[in-house]
Amino acid sequence: MKVLYFAWLRSKTGVAEETVAPPPGVTTVAGLIEHLKARGGGYEDALRDLSCVRVAVNQEFAELDQAIGAGDEIALFPPVTGG
Amino acid sequence: MIKVQREDFDVGAELAALGNANRKIGGVASFIGLVRDIADGKSVGAMTLEHYPGMTEKMLAKIEAEARARWPLEDCLIVHRFGRLEPGDRIVLVATASAHRQAALEACAFLIDWLKTKAPFWKLEETVSGARWVAARNSDDQAAARWVAE
Repeated sequence: MKVLYFAWLRSKTGVAEETVAPPPGVTTVAGLIEHLKARGGGYEDALRDLSCVRVAVNQEFAELDQAIGAGDEIALFPPVTGG
Repeated sequence: MIKVQREDFDVGAELAALGNANRKIGGVASFIGLVRDIADGKSVGAMTLEHYPGMTEKMLAKIEAEARARWPLEDCLIVHRFGRLEPGDRIVLVATASAHRQAALEACAFLIDWLKTKAPFWKLEETVSGARWVAARNSDDQAAARWVAE
């Protein structure tokens, strides 16, 4: 699956976009986030407080319990501040 | 119509083009968002607007569709810029056209309120003490929520 990071999630992880192949047990957004957090470093720092993180799956807002699969595009970003 | 672009826009030309000379239009309402030179007491030298290409256009189109479903609009325009902007620069233009003013004014307020909490844009401000990501405001959430309650 493709994982995208925006704003300070991109700064903290140091990555804008990457392909992730999580273990088979990862079936939801929450599972993916745990998998990424376990990498430590900037990932752990960026994903420490999920109240500041919003998620989109295939460019639609999604909740942490949403199911995800290999072909999905998952984006992690802070609450939006446009306009 | 949705436009997401780096370059500036001509407000007069955009508003004049709205409705494409549709004679049913009796009123056009608009909102223009600009870069301020001060935020939370700190002087802002510039800001960079980042967005999520693809999702941005999708969300703006959804917001436009929602406005058209709620009000009898003859036309509707959202222009949102991204990239580096300086104080005084235009960020966003929202404009609505309808037979009567109430629909145009309400739909215009709705569009900017929803856009601020649903379109995937993020602002990075450059201040004297360094760059900082702008935090979302509760007041923006409340402004967007009032359109759900009604």
